[in-house]
Amino acid sequence: MTMAVTKLRVEEKLYQNRYLVDPGRPHIKVRPHERPSANLLALTHICPAKCYELNDKGQVETTSDGCMECGTCRVLCEASGEIVWNYPRGGFGVLFKFG
Amino acid sequence: MIEQEFDAIVVGAGMSGNAAAYTMASQGLTVLQLERGEYPGSKNVQGAIMYADMLEQIIPDFRDDAPLERHLVEQRFWVMDDTSHTGMQYRSDDFNEAKPNRYTIIRAQFDKWFSRKVRQAGATVLCETTVTELVRSASGKVIGVRTDRAGGPIYADVVVLAEGVNGLLGTRAGLRKMPKPESVALAVKEMHFLPDEVIEQRFGLQGDEGCVIEAAGTISRSMAGLAFLYTNKESISLGIGCLVSDFAQTMESPYVLLDNFKNHPSIRPLIAGSEVKEYSAHLIPEGGYKAIPQLFGDGWVAVGDAAQLNNAIHREGSNLAMTSGRIAGEAIIEIKGRNQPMIRRNLALYKTMLDKSFVVKDLMKYKDMPALIHTNSRNFFMTYPQLMSQAAQNFMRVDGTPKIEKEKATTAAFIRARSRWGLISDVVRLALAWR
Repeated sequence: MTMAVTKLRVEEKLYQNRYLVDPGRPHIKVRPHERPSANLLALTHICPAKCYELNDKGQVETTSDGCMECGTCRVLCEASGEIVWNYPRGGFGVLFKFG
Repeated sequence: MIEQEFDAIVVGAGMSGNAAAYTMASQGLTVLQLERGEYPGSKNVQGAIMYADMLEQIIPDFRDDAPLERHLVEQRFWVMDDTSHTGMQYRSDDFNEAKPNRYTIIRAQFDKWFSRKVRQAGATVLCETTVTELVRSASGKVIGVRTDRAGGPIYADVVVLAEGVNGLLGTRAGLRKMPKPESVALAVKEMHFLPDEVIEQRFGLQGDEGCVIEAAGTISRSMAGLAFLYTNKESISLGIGCLVSDFAQTMESPYVLLDNFKNHPSIRPLIAGSEVKEYSAHLIPEGGYKAIPQLFGDGWVAVGDAAQLNNAIHREGSNLAMTSGRIAGEAIIEIKGRNQPMIRRNLALYKTMLDKSFVVKDLMKYKDMPALIHTNSRNFFMTYPQLMSQAAQNFMRVDGTPKIEKEKATTAAFIRARSRWGLISDVVRLALAWR
């Protein structure tokens, strides 16, 4: 399956959700790197909100607006220092209607 | 700025935090509960099944006003391959009782109700407040918290860490390690809305009766995982989860697995015509007994998912969360009653009490299961489901082949796939881990 199709598929799902985005304060950051590790690269496939994508230099970038705050990326990539993960400020981020 | 010093600060308003806060506040302790969501429940995700007995021990008359969806009368266990499912199911009218045993719930609604009870019991609940740091004394005792609100630290005799599976505070303070990728599952879920009479027709239910399907097999693409479908009053919760370590290795996308599950010929007709209103993701502790971290220390205790208290085999989490929260609250009340300080030596009472409860006893029973399932995921989640499906179809399809030849073919398929020794060793290892 092409990346474009899966991206559309996830965006359709995330569109159902309610978020309060904290502008200019992303709660996840990827440390600058030359080549991503296997775990960081895996996030481009396994992040359930598809927050991680490869740029044309082969580096991983993140946009955390659709993040559901599950912590999968933190479990895989925080210890190695490849990502910096904090919770959004109080009241911001995903707001589940049903959970 | 909060000047008051509290008996206890509870971080998080999920099942364990609410149980702890309610238990302590209703016994007269001054309790501050901090929740980062806009309202209690807005950050919480669960299947969700709620177990009455554990809530009854906290709020005996919860059925009077708690938002409950359906009480469960039927459970189906399915082993799936790509086109079939082989199932076992149990349904009993005995579950239609005056005080039913298990209910489906919708967490955002349930947690709001539970939080109202916590406030009525006298606790102060502050939402939209992220706790950023634990405050410690010179000797290292936890004495309070800092938040992202204006003002200085807030102090308490003890801090209850009910911050969930992905809790940052305890791991950053070095009180416990971050969960390992092989000790947590990533689950994704959708909420599918349908009229209640449609749900009742499709599942053969009457009134508030409910049904649960739990399914394993080729849907997880050889990863250790489980899919589920729970009937709510006017919606169906449906999802799939697999170990994070397996996701990282296979690079499968969770939303692709979810869509494949929804499109499976055994599931598709059950949700046909539904309107999807939410997509969620959450981690589930799967490491069992061996993954339980340090549960108490000077000025703190950890409860619920933050303490990895989840029974992966029985798919029970919220009851372990509620019970650990209640027991932590009771231990703190007891220590305070003796006018003793909230130090490590005294808070060990929490663990002593928890060890005697079903929480630790159940996790102890299955202590070897996580490792077994993890190391054999391809056999348990791919090979055996395919073999079971072939065997069932071979048994049922009538095509003129003599029955003796059919039986031989089925036996040969099992031996070809796993070898005689492999089959025996799988059975023995499973039996030992289950014992």
